[in-house]
Parts: sequence; structure tokens; C-alpha cells
Amino acid sequence: MEANEIEKENVLLEHPVLVQKVKSRFGKSIIETAIFRGEITHVIETKDIADVCNFLKYDLDFQFNFLSDLIGVDCRPLNSYFEVVYQLYSIPHKYRIRLKVRVKEGENVPSVTSVWRTANFAEREAFDMVGVVFEGHPDLKRIYMPPDWEGHPLRRDYPLVGYKDQYNPFGVEKK
Amino acid sequence: MAETLDIRTDNTELTTREITLNMGPQHPSTHGVMHLILHLQGEKIMKAEPDIGYLHRGMEKIAENLLYGQFVPYTDRLDYLSSMTNNLGYVMAVEKLVGLEITERAKYIRVIVSELSRISSHLLAVGAWGLDLGAITMVIYAFREREMVLDLFEMLCGARLTYNYMKIGGLRGDLPPGFKEKCAEFIKIFPKRVDEYETLLTGNRIWLQRNKGVGVISAKDAIDLGLTGPSLRGSGVKWDIRKDEPYLVYDRLDFDVPVGTNGDCFDRYMCRVTEMRQAASIISQALQQIPDGPVNVEAPDIVSPPRQDVYNNMEALIHHFKIVSHGFKAPVGEVYASIEAPKGELGYYIRSDGTEKPFRVKIRAPSFVNLQGIDPMSRGAYFADVVSVISSLDPVFGEVDK
Repeated sequence: MEANEIEKENVLLEHPVLVQKVKSRFGKSIIETAIFRGEITHVIETKDIADVCNFLKYDLDFQFNFLSDLIGVDCRPLNSYFEVVYQLYSIPHKYRIRLKVRVKEGENVPSVTSVWRTANFAEREAFDMVGVVFEGHPDLKRIYMPPDWEGHPLRRDYPLVGYKDQYNPFGVEKK
Repeated sequence: MAETLDIRTDNTELTTREITLNMGPQHPSTHGVMHLILHLQGEKIMKAEPDIGYLHRGMEKIAENLLYGQFVPYTDRLDYLSSMTNNLGYVMAVEKLVGLEITERAKYIRVIVSELSRISSHLLAVGAWGLDLGAITMVIYAFREREMVLDLFEMLCGARLTYNYMKIGGLRGDLPPGFKEKCAEFIKIFPKRVDEYETLLTGNRIWLQRNKGVGVISAKDAIDLGLTGPSLRGSGVKWDIRKDEPYLVYDRLDFDVPVGTNGDCFDRYMCRVTEMRQAASIISQALQQIPDGPVNVEAPDIVSPPRQDVYNNMEALIHHFKIVSHGFKAPVGEVYASIEAPKGELGYYIRSDGTEKPFRVKIRAPSFVNLQGIDPMSRGAYFADVVSVISSLDPVFGEVDK
């Protein structure tokens, strides 16, 4: 979204603090800001995500004490990176905000388990399904798939029917 | 050998060591295929580790390969005890993505069926809970009323478990003749039936001993762990999406959000019981306020026209064919829509790349997140308390494992 369009939407926004204060505090860490259907998304530098989350949780203007969801997205083949999406909610203020980080294959994301304990399962799920590695997670292991599973099912290059093995005769032949 | 005998005869020297007990995956009290690894010191729980994934069907992967409208029946299979709310969460997210405002009548019908769904889900939660703790009468009573709700749903859509009643832009059909009367009749007798459950359980000495002070979690911890629904409100946090971010017509209806004080299993039970009463009151208000009118939006690109038109009208046939075979294109963007499902916050995150199929669908399943509460709730408790704790969280494994 173009900068002036964001400004235009800003006027219509219900809670402009979510854009303005975050931008003034973390101007350098924010790569871009988008507003779609009234939902605010900030794309944050990967290394700063834990700090931003920590600030948003404890600052009195925000109090994002509730992590609704943490989502791993494989953005290939359109882009060459993976995204981790943080869906935050503030119970005292009733705000919602979305943060995002982008990582390349092989890069790690700082874990937010120290900010919200609920991130534990969510990060394990993102690791299991998309293969994003979270640095500082207390027990990063698969959650849905068996421990000896190969590959990450929600990646774009993973076939819908799975790979062929003794249990799955209809799967795709592994190269 | 001799040493072991010494220990047995001399009680002062009794030594214990931590043992690991596997509860499940096939265990009647885990409400599905959950494998709970319990670290026990004697009969005390040191740590409870849920091991899940036995029912993983890859819903999100399936969603990426289907048209938007085709995924609705799959959502039925998530929380299969309240399929209506699963449908609702998904169609609301898609409607938000494509910017579709549904009709007033459809909104009211959606409220009525979600609240009926809440009643049937809580009935099963409380009934199965009673069953787990030995109050077997309760489950029979609960199923008696659940049967009435299922009969109502059968009138609506012909199905009793996987309804697939909601569609993007509206509903699969209007209320059938006689539904309102039958529903009103149910709402009239239901509060008396809740009184019956309460005489069975609320004052019951065994029920109190098994639930009061068991599985306590503080409000701060509950928020930190992401608990939602009755599991969060039992700890005294008054947060209900129906009140705090009203969707459909909840802001026009008068209802209370029950909260607990101690955050124990009993408070979570009381929250569910009170929510059932409130749901009945919501339904009766909605039945009075419901306006006449169409149930589907007139948006030929997204919502297929009425069946009668498809047979008689050329344009309608073309639109119908187009929607069934190609679906519709959604604008590029991402949305997150969440509703208050019986178990908690049910959220759908949908990202679109501008094609007919979603780029990514992520389901925020309340049971999955609530499951993290098992460990802090059962630490230091006795083994038998784990059964109450699991029942009080009311996990459904279709939803946990996706």
C-alpha cells in the first residue's frame, strides 16, 4: 500500500495509536505497514520481534497481553521467504494488531515464549508444519507429526497426497 | 532382594521415585485420542505433557487446494460437537475477505443456530464430565436435551452432526415451517431442565469435592496461556468476543457473561451451566426480533442463486455453474476473523493471493490452545484430578488435531 493511502486510512482508523505510536517507537524496525479491512499489519525486522512484542505487552497504551495466534506461512513461490504472523489482542483495550516477520530458509526467528507462554504450542506447530526454527524455544519439537517424520507438510513443495511409503501407496514418489 | 524387603517393613525408610504413566491415546477420560504423559511422584502429578496429533488430517493443507466455498463442509469436522460455529467462523472470515455484508435475517438465524450449538456442546461437556467422575445420570439427562437440539438442526439441514448449513453470503436454506415454534418450545422447557442438572450436580457433595479447588489457574496465568471461553472466564476474566467485539447481532441482544472467582474446575462448570441459560435467553430474544426477508445476499459472483431460478433462468444457471466449477476470486490480502465458539476463541486467518483458492488458511482452534492449561492446572494435584481437569477444559480432538 502506498504511503499516502495509509495516511488516508489512518483518518478512518478506530485506534490510530496502533499505527502512530508503534511507528514512532520502532520506526527503524518496521519494514512496512499495511491496512486491509480495518486490520493493521506491521512487518518487523526479524531480530527485533521479541523486543517489539515485549514492549507491546507491557506498554500501558497497548497492553497486548493475549497472543491469539501465531502462524507460519510459506510464501514461496511468489516470494522467497517464510513469514511468521503474530495475531495479538489486548484484553484491557480491545485492540487487535498483526505483526509479521520474514525469514529465509535456514534463518531463525527469536522465540516469544518468554513474552507469552501460549506461544509454546503455537511455535511448535509452526515449526512442525512450515519448518521455521524458533531460537530460544524451551522444547522445540514436532507437535502433530511423529518425531521421525521427514519434511514439513504445509510447505508449498510438499505434495497434497504425501510421499509414497509402506503406509501410503498413493503418495508421490520421492525424488 | 533383602534390601527391598527392609524398605517394605520399615516405613520410615520408604523411598519413592518418579514414574511415567501413559494415559491414552485410547482412554475413556481423555475425550478422544489424546496421549497424556504423566510424570508421577507417588500419586502426585509432577508434570503432564499432552502428546497430540493422532487425528491430524491436514485440514489447512486441504484448504489450500480447495475453492473457498468447498472448504465449509471440512470445517464441520473440526469441532464436531458444534459444527455450526465452525461453519460460522470460516464463512465470516471469507465474507470479511471479499467484503460481503450478509442480510439481517441471515444474521439472526446464524445467532440462533450458534447458540443452539453452544447449548448442545455444553450439554455434552457437562454430561461427559459427569460420566468421567461417576455421575452417570448426568450424561443421560444431557443427551435427552441434546437430542432435542439435534432434532431442530435436522429440521434445518437434514444432518445431525455435520451440518454444513452456512455458506458464504448466507445460509443453505431459510428456517423450515414449524421451526420457530419448536425452537420456542425447547427454549421454554430448557431452563427447567438446567435446574434439574443443577440439583444433580451443583450441590452434590462428591461433585464439589472432585471439582472445588481442583485445577486452579489464576487469571494472569490463564491469559498468558491463551485460554479462552469458559476456561478463561472461570478464572474471573470477563472477556467474551460476543460482548467485546460484537459480531452478527449480539450487540442488540441482552445477555450476561458469567465469570468465576477461583479459577477451579467447579467455576468452569458453573460458567458452562450459566452460559447455557444465557444462550436460551439469547435464542428467545432473537426469535422475537428476527425480521423477514431473504437469507442470502444478492451477489451472483459469490453466492449461487436460489435453486428454483437455476432451473428456470439462463443467467442464474450460468452463475450457478460458474460458482460450482470455478469459484470466485478473492482480493489480495489477509484477514483474521474470530468468534466466540463454545470452547473459546475460534479464529480463522485467511491469506489470499488473488486466486480462487486461499493461499493459506490457519485455524485458531480453542481446544488446541486450551490444552496447554493441562500442565499448570494438574501440577501437584492427584492423578484422579487430571480427569476433572481434562473434562473442565472440554477438548475436542477433531479441533485440536485439525
